[in-house]
This record gives sequence, structure tokens and C-alpha cells, in this order.
Amino acid sequence: MRRRRLVLGLLVVCSLILLTAYFGEGAGSPLHSVQRGFLQVVSPIQDGASRALKPVRDLFGWFGDTLDAKGERDKLRQELEQTRREAIANAAAAREVEQLRKLVGLDRELGVDQMDPVSARVITRSPTLWYSTVSINKGTSDGIRVDQPVINGDGLVGTVTSATGNAAIVTLITDHTSGVSAVINESGVAGVVQPAVGNPNDLLLEFIRHGDRIETGQTVVTAGSRSQRYESLFPPGLPVGRVSKVDDTELDVYQRVHVKPFAQLRRLDVVQVLTNPLGTRG
Amino acid sequence: MTGGSTRKLVVRIVVLALVATLLEIVAVSQVSLFGVSADLTPLVVMSIGLLSGSISGALVGFGIGLFLDLALVQTLGLNSLIYTMVGYGAGRLRELRDPQGAVVPIAAGAAATAIATIGYSIAQFLLGVDAPVSFLLVRDIFTTIVLNTILAAPVFALIRRWLLPALPDDPQRRRRRAYTTGGLSPLSRA
Repeated sequence: MRRRRLVLGLLVVCSLILLTAYFGEGAGSPLHSVQRGFLQVVSPIQDGASRALKPVRDLFGWFGDTLDAKGERDKLRQELEQTRREAIANAAAAREVEQLRKLVGLDRELGVDQMDPVSARVITRSPTLWYSTVSINKGTSDGIRVDQPVINGDGLVGTVTSATGNAAIVTLITDHTSGVSAVINESGVAGVVQPAVGNPNDLLLEFIRHGDRIETGQTVVTAGSRSQRYESLFPPGLPVGRVSKVDDTELDVYQRVHVKPFAQLRRLDVVQVLTNPLGTRG
Repeated sequence: MTGGSTRKLVVRIVVLALVATLLEIVAVSQVSLFGVSADLTPLVVMSIGLLSGSISGALVGFGIGLFLDLALVQTLGLNSLIYTMVGYGAGRLRELRDPQGAVVPIAAGAAATAIATIGYSIAQFLLGVDAPVSFLLVRDIFTTIVLNTILAAPVFALIRRWLLPALPDDPQRRRRRAYTTGGLSPLSRA
């Protein structure tokens, strides 16, 4: 009985020591280095296992997808109709924007290919409901560094928060530590996109004053750098999501704007890391 | 228990823990059902505790938790602490009550998942959360527990099958033996 209690006590004390030490440390500290070293060692194994188990994952994913497919189909039909209407309006707007751009000499377009994107495969995903992180099979040897933005075909996915030689950890925009400065594309109203922990399909655009008019269906994009002192991690104009609901209660100082992310963050397979997000060459 | 059989059990447990944890992070956690993914790790820790006792359960729980925290670059020590408790609790259940029913792994699986998910959330609150927390987290926790409860029996059966050759006294074998040898059965006293 004494041995049993001793083992339990030792393990609990070890856990608490690790927890306390880790929590008080900075990102370059020994325990964080140990974690990065461990990731470096196990990531090739994880990558191999991830490739080998992809058919199994796809099979089970197909079952899950089938269950959700019906609701998804109706939603997509509605979105398609809305997109068609928007496309017609956008075509006219695009012509106008092009002329204005030439007028003011603004030829800076959002060109992801100028930001040296590195394509990577998602190899693991955190199983906890709290941590929205995935690991990818590219690391510092491919030019990936901490704080670089990560996107996929749909929009913004997250940022690199840890990187080793051959793997990196990407913290998704739905992680409770995430915050992205963003603007409403149609009106230019600026705020900060934060997650609603526990709901990967809902982000919150915070710090929007009551006077600012926000409507459902408007698009949210990254704000990019607004000052040289506090440079944004993200280039401007990366699509984040669409406004799904606006809670405008008089009691709160700010409006609460709900945003549905464009990227399907629970089904990530291939992502791109923007290794040169500001698009500066050389 | 001889040194050889102990070594055999340790090897089997280590292989099982590694394979199950890798399987969880590279495959199972990426399959979404009803908006959540199943979490095999509390089920594995619970099963090992229930089959081989509190010390093994606590050690495996600590090891799996540490592996998860290291591999996923999460707060170090948090999963170790929670899974140590899960493994120890399952082991004590076996040592004190020696439960035999087929429903035991299912109930223990549900309890283990509840402790892991709710415990993790409480710890996150204690460590401080800046972002607003959606009420849907409660729904996700509940759905994960339900999903894991469904998986608990087959996971336990698979783990029992894998560990059986190395287990010194499997509860079900022990019960069967007790009723087939003279003197231990209540019927033989009549």
C-alpha cells in the first residue's frame, strides 16, 4: 500500500513540477526546447503513420461526412445562390476598383505567390477540445519560422507557433490563445477576431462599436499592418470568414459579431505557410 | 509474478501505449463525428488500469500524458496529471471492488473520459483563458463522452486480448477458475 501511494505521489509531484516550470517559462526555455527536440524526433514517425493511416482516416471521415452531408448540401445551395448574386455585383465592382487602383497608383494586389508559400501536409491534430493545434510535415529546413501565417484554399488557418527542422506546430484561429486583427471587407470596420472556445465554426469579431453598421453575409479579411511599431503577423486581405450573426445588445460596450470561418478547420489536409508574409524579396 | 512475465507485461503495455497514442493523434483525432472526435487515450489508460492495477495504470497514464504534451507542444504536465489520476482510479476500482460485469468497462470508459475532458477544462480555466468560452464546449464534452462510451467496450476487449498472455491474474479468468476448482464455489459447500 505504501509503495502504491508513493508511486502516485511521485507522479503527481512530477506533473505539478513540470506544469509549474513550464507555465513560468518563456518560449526559448529548456522545457520548451525539450518539447521541440521531442517533436523533431517523433515527427518523421508521425508523418509515416499519418500517410499509412490516411485511407483509414478517409474511410471513417466518409461515414462522418455522410451523416452531415444532407444539412451541408442545403446550406451550400443557399451559399451558392448568395455567391451568384455577389459575383454579379462583384464583377461591376471589380471594374470600378481596377480603375480606382490605377488612378491612385495602387498596384499592390494580394499575391500569395509573392509571399513564398510552402505547402505542407497536416500530420497530427491535438485531441483535446481546448487546444486547436495541428502539426505539419515542414519545418525550419523549409524556411518555416514561428509567427508565420498559415492558409489553405479557403482562407486563413492560423499561425506557426513552434518549429523544428522537419515539423512545425500550427495554432489555429480557433485556439483560445489566438487573436487576429481584421476588417469588414465591405465597410472597412476594424476589430479583432477571437475564437469562441468549443465552437470551431464560430469566431467573434470583437471591439466593434455600436455605431458601426455590420450586416450578416459581409466578409471579414485580415487587416494587415496598421502601424510600423506593432506590425501585424498577417498580410492584409487574407479571407477569414463571413459574418453569420450580430449581437447588438445595449448593455455591452461593443457589438458582438459572429463570424463563420471560411476554412474548414476540422478537416485540414494540406496547408500553405507564408514564409514571406510581407512579400519583400531578398 | 516472475521477472520474465513482468518484463513481458511491461513490453506489451509500452507497445500498446505508443501505438494507441500515435493512432489517436495521427488518425482518430482527425475524424470528426457529430462535430467532435473520439479520444482513445483515456480509454486506453482506463483499460490498462482496470486490467493490471493502480500502479501500472498511474505509470501508463503519466507516460501517455507526457507523450501527448511533448508531441503536441501543449502545457507540459497537464495531461500527465489528469491521466495519472484516470489510470490510478481505474486500477483502484479493480483492486477494491474487482468488478466482473460486462458493463464495467463501459461505465469506467465514460467516467475516464469525463474526468479527462472536464478535468482538462477546469485546469485550463485555472491557468487562465483570455478568449470567450462558448457554451457549445459543454455540448462537445458531452458528445465526446457519449462517443467514447460507445467505443469503451471494444477498446477494452482489444486491450484485454493484447495483454491477456502477460497478465498474472485476469479478473474474468480468476472468476472462472474459482467456480471450476473445488472448495471455492458456494455450490460445493451444499
